[in-house]
Amino acid sequence: MRVQFFPTCLVDTFFPETGEAVLKLLRHFGVDVRYPKGQTCCGKPSDSGGYSYETKKAAEHFLAVFGGDPDPIVIPSGSCASMVKNHYPHLFIDNHRLRETANAVAGRVYELSQFLVHELKADLAGLKAQGRITYHASCQLTRELGVREEPLALLHSLNGAQFVPLATAERCCGFGGMFMTKLPEVSMALANDKLDAILATGADTVVGCDHGCLMNIDDAIRRRGASVRTKHLGAILAEGL
Amino acid sequence: MGARSESIPFRENAAQAVRNAALRAAMRNATGTFSVKRSHAIASVPIEEWRELASQVRLHVLDNLEEYVNRFERNAVKAGATVHRAKDAAAAREIVWCLLKDHGARKVVKSKSMITEEIHLNDYLERQGLTVVETDLGEYIIQIAREHPSHIIVPAIHKSRRQVGNLFAEKLGCERSEDPVVLAKIARAKLREEFLSADAGISGANFAVAGSGSLVLFTNEGNGRMCTTLPELHVAVLSIEKVIPSLADLPKFIRLLPRSATGQILSAYVSIISGTRKAGEATGARHLHIVLLDNGRSDIVSGDCREMLKCIRCGACLNACPVYQTVGGHAYGSTYPGPMGIVLTVLLEGMERAHTLLDGTTLCGACGDVCPVKVPLPRLLRRLREQRVEIGFTAAAERLGMVGFGLAARSPAFFELAQKLARLAWKPARITGIGSTLDRMPMPATTPFRKRIS
Repeated sequence: MRVQFFPTCLVDTFFPETGEAVLKLLRHFGVDVRYPKGQTCCGKPSDSGGYSYETKKAAEHFLAVFGGDPDPIVIPSGSCASMVKNHYPHLFIDNHRLRETANAVAGRVYELSQFLVHELKADLAGLKAQGRITYHASCQLTRELGVREEPLALLHSLNGAQFVPLATAERCCGFGGMFMTKLPEVSMALANDKLDAILATGADTVVGCDHGCLMNIDDAIRRRGASVRTKHLGAILAEGL
Repeated sequence: MGARSESIPFRENAAQAVRNAALRAAMRNATGTFSVKRSHAIASVPIEEWRELASQVRLHVLDNLEEYVNRFERNAVKAGATVHRAKDAAAAREIVWCLLKDHGARKVVKSKSMITEEIHLNDYLERQGLTVVETDLGEYIIQIAREHPSHIIVPAIHKSRRQVGNLFAEKLGCERSEDPVVLAKIARAKLREEFLSADAGISGANFAVAGSGSLVLFTNEGNGRMCTTLPELHVAVLSIEKVIPSLADLPKFIRLLPRSATGQILSAYVSIISGTRKAGEATGARHLHIVLLDNGRSDIVSGDCREMLKCIRCGACLNACPVYQTVGGHAYGSTYPGPMGIVLTVLLEGMERAHTLLDGTTLCGACGDVCPVKVPLPRLLRRLREQRVEIGFTAAAERLGMVGFGLAARSPAFFELAQKLARLAWKPARITGIGSTLDRMPMPATTPFRKRIS
């Protein structure tokens, strides 16, 4: 099986280890992973900010890079996957050709956990991990993509690790893209609420499917000096390989 | 409205609210309780089907708004009411004041109404020398504290029972108590005198039924019935989009509104007021005046945020919103707070004043999920952010940054350059404080993923 990989600009720039971990994970399942050259950002930041011109330009570029290849596109982020899957088709109402491409590409997009569970049956593969793990369910992943069960199925399947549910798993962590810088006090308060809930589970690792959230939670952890780590789902699954 | 053109200092308000521990505790407690109660109340009912049906009714009304408003007017008049149309807040205030003056009213009792908050009616009437008494317990608390509601359903949500106890002791001269039952009894005794001595009652309406000309009120304390039936004169102020086609549509909302608002299966009272007191009837106002407020809604209904007018003011989106939960309603500096409040305030008061509120969402989508009439709040919030950019109400630095982002997003070479610059600038920016808003981000990796993959 061949896929196109869009690690996202956040992973590319700040968390390349996660990109490498996902690569290792997919290859472990025999997937032929192609990294289309020239990829940048899906346009989520400008879309949330209301900058529709920039969003369209970013989307056009994404479609040019990924649109020519019929292989599935795997994205280790709920918000970026939802951007391409749910928002792109509405961007080009007055451009028939781009709208067709956007619809076709939207149909080929998988968020990582979706691909792992539905295409690779990775939740039945007996992957290994260690420690006490809890899970933060990110907003676009759950509410826009409807991905709720897949990450849980994967985490529950881990041999050697104990999964503990997070009481407020689906509550926003306060990242929200530019929200983090626009209302920093509120963003930090929400991240602290999230951290309180995480610490109450006694977990040593909090897993998520979006590095934006994890980065925000990480900041709360650092400020408080708490002893818990954040880990992307792809990275925790690759850790035991 | 009108001359106020300064923007709401939302960020400053929010930052201050975050530091208010008592507020945070009260908000966490109350919004948490309502959210849990709501989820219990919808657990065993076909909520998605109900939401869709209610949404369709509301959309149908918006598609035919003028026709239904006219039909409501005709039937209300037939039932004995007098209907007034108010183009804006000033006109509505004037109409209400003239009605009260002509009636010789000195004291008015009010049942809870957000529309009268929207038009700032109380302040206006008090300036004319009238005594205005709020009779909903939450509104009563807010009124004696000289504050404004911080929630559209639970006006005093930001106050703890201890604060209410202190307030009552100070303002009403009663013995201090923190027991809600005792406090409610104190208010009840005070309010009973007011009901019996009032010259007029003012209410809003949850719905206006076009087919019968009836007003529908959902209340929990019975005060709504006192206000609308005890005094000779009842003045109802409502906005035009409150109309629903017929009484047959009402059950769709009777089952949804209380469940969404407070997690109740039914509200304690559902009053259907059809005209004035008829011959042989023992209760009901002798004079019923209905003020139909437009205040920009005729324009909103033809714009691309029209679905906001589907809103039935249940407050579920407030309770579900992580930002509202954290900062409370007063931080918004507007009549309506929370997700619906942001959208409605921008639409009603304009971008110049309300653009700052648009920062008050993480676009997490929780509001859209709980809305009983499927107002697409996240989409509307994003749409208004686009409008904010279009009319130029974002900061110059942000616009510049976005131009750079747009270039980087469509040019891999520029993107790589931006990555390098970000890495180089990261430390100096932190040290000098220039990048203080970015100090919650980690340092960009020395070798980005794109350089690691062969």
